[in-house]
This record gives sequence, structure tokens and C-alpha cells, in this order.
Amino acid sequence: MELISPTDLAKEKVLTVQDYVLFCVHALANLFRKPLYFADMIQQADAIGVGSLPIVVLTGFFTGAVLALQASNTLERFGSITLVGQLVSTSMVRELGPVLTSLMVAGRNSSGMASELGSMVVTEQIDAMRALGTDPMKKLVTPRVVATVFMLFFLTIISDLVGLVGGLAIAKLLLRLDARQYWSNAWETLVFQDAFMGLIKPVIFGFIIATVGCFYGMNARGGTQGVGRATTQAMVAASVLILMMDLIVTRFLMATLSYH
Amino acid sequence: MSAPALPLDSAALKTQENSAPAVVFENIELAFGDKEVLRGISFHLRAGETKVIFGVAGSGKSLILKLSLGLIRPDSGRIIVLGEDINQMREEQLFDLRRRIGMVFQESALFDSLTVRENVAYRLTEEHGVYDDEIDRKVREALRFVELEQTLDLYPSELSGGMRRRVAIARALITQPELLLYDSPTGGLDPVTSNTIIELIMKQRDVNKTSALLVTHRLQDAFTLATHEFDPKSNRMVQLPPGKQCSVPFTFLILRDGKVIFDGDLYQLAHTEDEYIKEYIS
Repeated sequence: MELISPTDLAKEKVLTVQDYVLFCVHALANLFRKPLYFADMIQQADAIGVGSLPIVVLTGFFTGAVLALQASNTLERFGSITLVGQLVSTSMVRELGPVLTSLMVAGRNSSGMASELGSMVVTEQIDAMRALGTDPMKKLVTPRVVATVFMLFFLTIISDLVGLVGGLAIAKLLLRLDARQYWSNAWETLVFQDAFMGLIKPVIFGFIIATVGCFYGMNARGGTQGVGRATTQAMVAASVLILMMDLIVTRFLMATLSYH
Repeated sequence: MSAPALPLDSAALKTQENSAPAVVFENIELAFGDKEVLRGISFHLRAGETKVIFGVAGSGKSLILKLSLGLIRPDSGRIIVLGEDINQMREEQLFDLRRRIGMVFQESALFDSLTVRENVAYRLTEEHGVYDDEIDRKVREALRFVELEQTLDLYPSELSGGMRRRVAIARALITQPELLLYDSPTGGLDPVTSNTIIELIMKQRDVNKTSALLVTHRLQDAFTLATHEFDPKSNRMVQLPPGKQCSVPFTFLILRDGKVIFDGDLYQLAHTEDEYIKEYIS
């Protein structure tokens, strides 16, 4: 294996970050330039949103359920088992709903976008598109970004709701808690800041999923092996970026929204 | 192959002679890393002229086509395409220019998730404002031109290599571009299919007088184009009498080590004193 000097490696990484930032700016700027490819956005929204619904529902349900189960164990020691609803709702809405939904969608779609666009690059279809007078950034990237941001927002809401239902199932069936009490606990504990934090995150994460997937796909080199590499890198990069941004966004919002 | 009647708009059939050159390369340099690929490439493609670009593999033939489209930028030099200095143009402006150019890629580069109909109609659907009936008519005409009307609803993966190449030609021709770029259109095809493709290129050259750059490594294709002419009456190509050249300008450009070593017509090529070229064409 060829060894790369640390300087070259650092330069390469900085260049990749620079290219990614320019790529994101370009993708966003296309929102204000015609044509907008509305039909492609709808098609992508269907593929990304509706297609991801089953895994998002399953993930949300089991996360809510296991959260209730784990919380019950701790809360029981303090005699506060009735607070299970509160704990499930705040955890799901603020944190686990957006993050786990995003990770699931990243696993499914970030890699999917990278492989799809990567295949188009290595078979010269992207060049052909440019040769035919179409901007691939406008036609392929911007619709995917818009569709992912839009659909992840709603998928997260669905995941939150299903997570609460999962928690309810455990509270009712295993912990023998009153369903109405669980719901009122879960509902009343939520404040504007929770909902705001839980809904701003999918917008940011959706942007990361689509731009990272498209970025790796559009920069795929080296035939089918290159496409495979781009696919893996896209999923890994998107997942790590989501978790990193989650920490930053959470810290920022907690400071600015004056959490108590 | 006997080709069908031409589907082309009469407005597009104008001869472009005596107008500005279609393509001008002035001292083009291009390197990838430390490797110099093109070193001072200069040539003119007159309006209506077809220029065949020869060279061994890796000599930069396909790069000339990509440079002409602005898909890649040269390190130095000037490229003028259809009167526009493309080095001075932003990517956004290049899209308008590219709509006036047709390109047939080496491996066809058809969109594999679209049907043949959608592939051929791509440019028209992107233009917006073109009615579906009109698109359908033009798609059928373009596919009839390449004798593949029956493949309308098939996907590229369901076609043979030669059929894919013909669909790519139909896609490039549908808007009657002012300049055509063919990147090894017969590469990897059997002789019979290659002949069909060459006849289509000849038809476009002789009937529409479209300026074209044709990259190939198959000498026999270039010589067929140089020694035959398309006869619209019989709808097939016919051999020219010995000593007679085709009515539209037809020239050769030979590359070696990133440089142009020959740029001239069949007569000049046949009488060249360059040993490398003699060996190459023998």
C-alpha cells in the first residue's frame, strides 16, 4: 500500500471539506434558479419518504418500547414508575426520534443516492446529461436534498408518535400502568422547546443525508469498485456527521432556548 | 442497409458553408497531475466539415470532444465552438451552448432508468413548452432514422450494443444540432453493425451538412466515409468514383503523444511522407 505524507493527507481532507461546502452551496443556490424540477422532487419524496416509512415505524416503535422498559427499571427504584410517559416522550421527541430516524434514512438513502449517482458517473450518464444541456446538480441533487429535508421532517413526527405508542404498549401490557395516565404524562411534559428542538434536527439531518450521499456519488471514481467505496463512505460519513451535528445543535439550542 | 426517408426539418437542412468555423482549437494544453495529455493542439473545423480524429489509445482523442463541449477545461489555450469562446463561459452559460451540440458517447451513455422513448425525447422534454404530440412525432422520426422505431418502450439494458449506439445517435440528432461529436461510435461492434452506424453518420454528413468531429481508431470506418457518399435517392451509401472526393469537406486529424501530427484531406494523407503516419495507415 502506498504511504501518503501527513501533509498531503491533511490537504486532501481540507480540499474534500471545501468541495463539500461548495457542493452544498450550489445545491441550495439552485433552489432559486429555474428550472426547479418539481416532478423529480415528488418522485424522490415518494422514494425517500414513503419508501422509508416501514423501517422508520419499526425503529420508532421498538425504540419507544425499549425506552419504557429501561426507564421503568430505574424509575421503580425511586417509586416514580408513573413518570415513564414523561421520560419516553421527552427522549423520543428531543433526541431519539430525530436521530434514529435520520440514521435509518441515512443507511437506506444516503448509500442509495451515492450508488445511484456513482453508477451514473462511471457510465458517463452524468456527462451525457451535461452534454444534453441539463445541469445534473439541478436535476439530480437539488430535488434529492429538498425531498429528503421535507420527508425526514414528517418521518420524524411519525417516528415520535409511534415511539410513544411503543412505550404505551410496554407501560400497559408489562408495567400495568394506566394508559390515560401515560398519555397525559407524556403530552403535558412536552414544551415548545422540546418540539422545536425535535423538529429542527430532522431539517439539518435531512440536508446532511442528501448532500453527503449525492456528494460521494457525484465524486465516485474507479468503476464499480469506486461506486461501492462511495456507497460505504457516504453512509459512514452521513451517520457520523448526524451524531456530531446532534451534539452541536443540542448544545446550541439548549443555550439559546433557555432550557430549565 | 437501406435507410428510410429522412425525418428532418427542412429549416435544419441549410448548408453552413462560408460561415464561421464550427470549432477552433488554439494551442490547447491539458495535463492530469504530472502527465501531459494534450500539448499545443490546434485545428479548425469548418462549418459543414467532418473531421476524423485518429490516434492510438490514450492519445487524447476523446478529450478533444469533451473539451469541445466544455465538459472539461484546458489548462491553457483557446477553444471557440459555434462562435463562442467557451473558456470564458460559466457552466450555466455552457448549458445553452451544449443544447446546440449533439454528442454520441463511446459506450452510448443512455440513461438506464429511462426507456428508449424517454432517452431520445430527453432534450425535448427538458426544453419544456414542447407538446407531447410533437415530442412523440419527433421521437418516432428520429428512431425511424436509425431504424429502431419498434424499440420505443424498451429499456437500454434490453438492447444490443449496436442498437444502443443507434439510439444514442437518435438522441443526439433529435434537435438537429449544429455540431455533432461522435466518440468511437463503432467501437466494439461487429463489421455489419459498424457499417450501419457509419452509413447513418454519412447520411447526416451528406444530407444535413452538419459539422462533425468523429473520434475513431478504426481506419476502415474513416476510409469508408472518405470514399463513399450517401445517395438520398436510393437511401444508401454509394462508392465514389476513383479520384473523386465527397462533396462535403472531409478531413483527418492524427494525434501522437498529445500533439497533432497531421491535419489534412484524404489526398494529403495518401501522399504524406511521415513514416509514422504511413505505418499507421498501412
